[in-house]
Amino acid sequence: MPQLDFSTWGNQIFWLIVTLIAIYFILSRIALPRISAVLAERTGTITNDIAAAEDLKQKAKDAEAAYEKALADARVEANRIVAETRSEIQADLDAATAKADAEIAAKTAEGEKAIAEIRANAMESVETVAKDTAQAIVSGLGFSAEAASVDKAVADRMKG
Amino acid sequence: MATETAAAHGDEGGLVFHPMDQFIVTPLFGDGPVHWYTITNVTLWMALAIVAVIVLMVLATSRRATIPSRGQSIAELAYGFVYKMVEDVAGKDAVGFFPYIMTLFLFIVSANFLGLIPMSFTTTSHFAVTVVLALAVFLTVTIYGFMKNGSKFLGLFWVASAPLALRPILAIIEVISYFVRPVSHSIRLAGNVMAGHAVIKVFAGFAAIAVISPVSVVAITAMYGLEVLVAFIQAYVFTILTCVYLKDALHPGH
Amino acid sequence: MEGDLAHIGAGLAAIGSGAAAIGVGNVAGNFLSGALRNPSAAGGQTATLFIGIAFAEALGIFAFLVALLLMFAV
Repeated sequence: MPQLDFSTWGNQIFWLIVTLIAIYFILSRIALPRISAVLAERTGTITNDIAAAEDLKQKAKDAEAAYEKALADARVEANRIVAETRSEIQADLDAATAKADAEIAAKTAEGEKAIAEIRANAMESVETVAKDTAQAIVSGLGFSAEAASVDKAVADRMKG
Repeated sequence: MATETAAAHGDEGGLVFHPMDQFIVTPLFGDGPVHWYTITNVTLWMALAIVAVIVLMVLATSRRATIPSRGQSIAELAYGFVYKMVEDVAGKDAVGFFPYIMTLFLFIVSANFLGLIPMSFTTTSHFAVTVVLALAVFLTVTIYGFMKNGSKFLGLFWVASAPLALRPILAIIEVISYFVRPVSHSIRLAGNVMAGHAVIKVFAGFAAIAVISPVSVVAITAMYGLEVLVAFIQAYVFTILTCVYLKDALHPGH
Repeated sequence: MEGDLAHIGAGLAAIGSGAAAIGVGNVAGNFLSGALRNPSAAGGQTATLFIGIAFAEALGIFAFLVALLLMFAV
């Protein structure tokens, strides 16, 4: 069994130690610092990229918020204008209504006055006609009557 | 190498199995005896392991790209794999040992995979190699454990949660299992690698019989696939056990 | 290949590989049944699985080693 040929052990152990020391120095001096630097750099790059993406996302969110705010402001402004306009129109309308009402009331009052006048005239005419008629009837029947008593009788009758 | 092997065993002919001949250490130049400084096939394949590590970990990462190439991805994957293992298993304060553990992992993994190249020599199949690796881990863990925790490190063997009467017995068992660790740690790696290679060689020996040779080729293919898996898993197991032992040194007590 | 007692011993030692196979199968099977019950916890325990398999397998490798020693070293 060649493994148990102890005359070759010294040779193998010597070259093994040489090999291990060589690999150890290659790794610890060159390879491992380099790889860890590359990995650290990559982690840094990724972190930076993520931070940048986060930043852009924040910016987009801000822009969206600003847009929303502008929209809300515009909406409030529009509502205000609408309300203002509406109140103005309402005021105009109220004024016009009031004026119209006043005119209508005036016209009504005038009309009523005219009607009252006409009625009064008519009443007066009726009385006159009634007195005249009564005088004529009384004289037609052959009675002589005093005008005053006829008038009185008519006036009594008309009141009753 | 084939002629040397035949010469070593004489020409027997027919069905011959020499599954262990692939592990013979021979000088690369000439036929002299193997001294400790002789350049042998061990030297060659260990040098190739260094080259593989350089290609994977240094050349592939030379561009330091933020968006990695394929080679750089593998290097980063290996780095992250071992780093996470050290951090998860041994604890955050063990990351100082990370280059040491990474060295062990990369050496074992590249030696195992290089050993899977046909006609190659597998350095990790030798107990000389794995015993040194396991002893290095054992001594590191023991010395560092005593340096960091002082006599409290002995609490590792004194199971405080057990009933008092059982504790001495458990302490003996714990001490024995502690000293068996480097043995099983080294034999597991070398044994697994050696077993797989020997089995492949035995199947290859059957290929000398024409009728069986198709079966033999299929069996070799299947074993080879298993060996690729074993080559990685044994490196992984060796490394993770190193981390487990290191955890005992950093945080003794159960 | 002349037979002697060492070869018989090697063959007997190889039985240990089968015992290790039972052990490894036990570990992997129990892991699988546990993982199917609670798949979310399975990922974190693969390291434990491999450690368990490694310990079980190491003893089979010891048997294999004894067989090899009997075949080639004795």
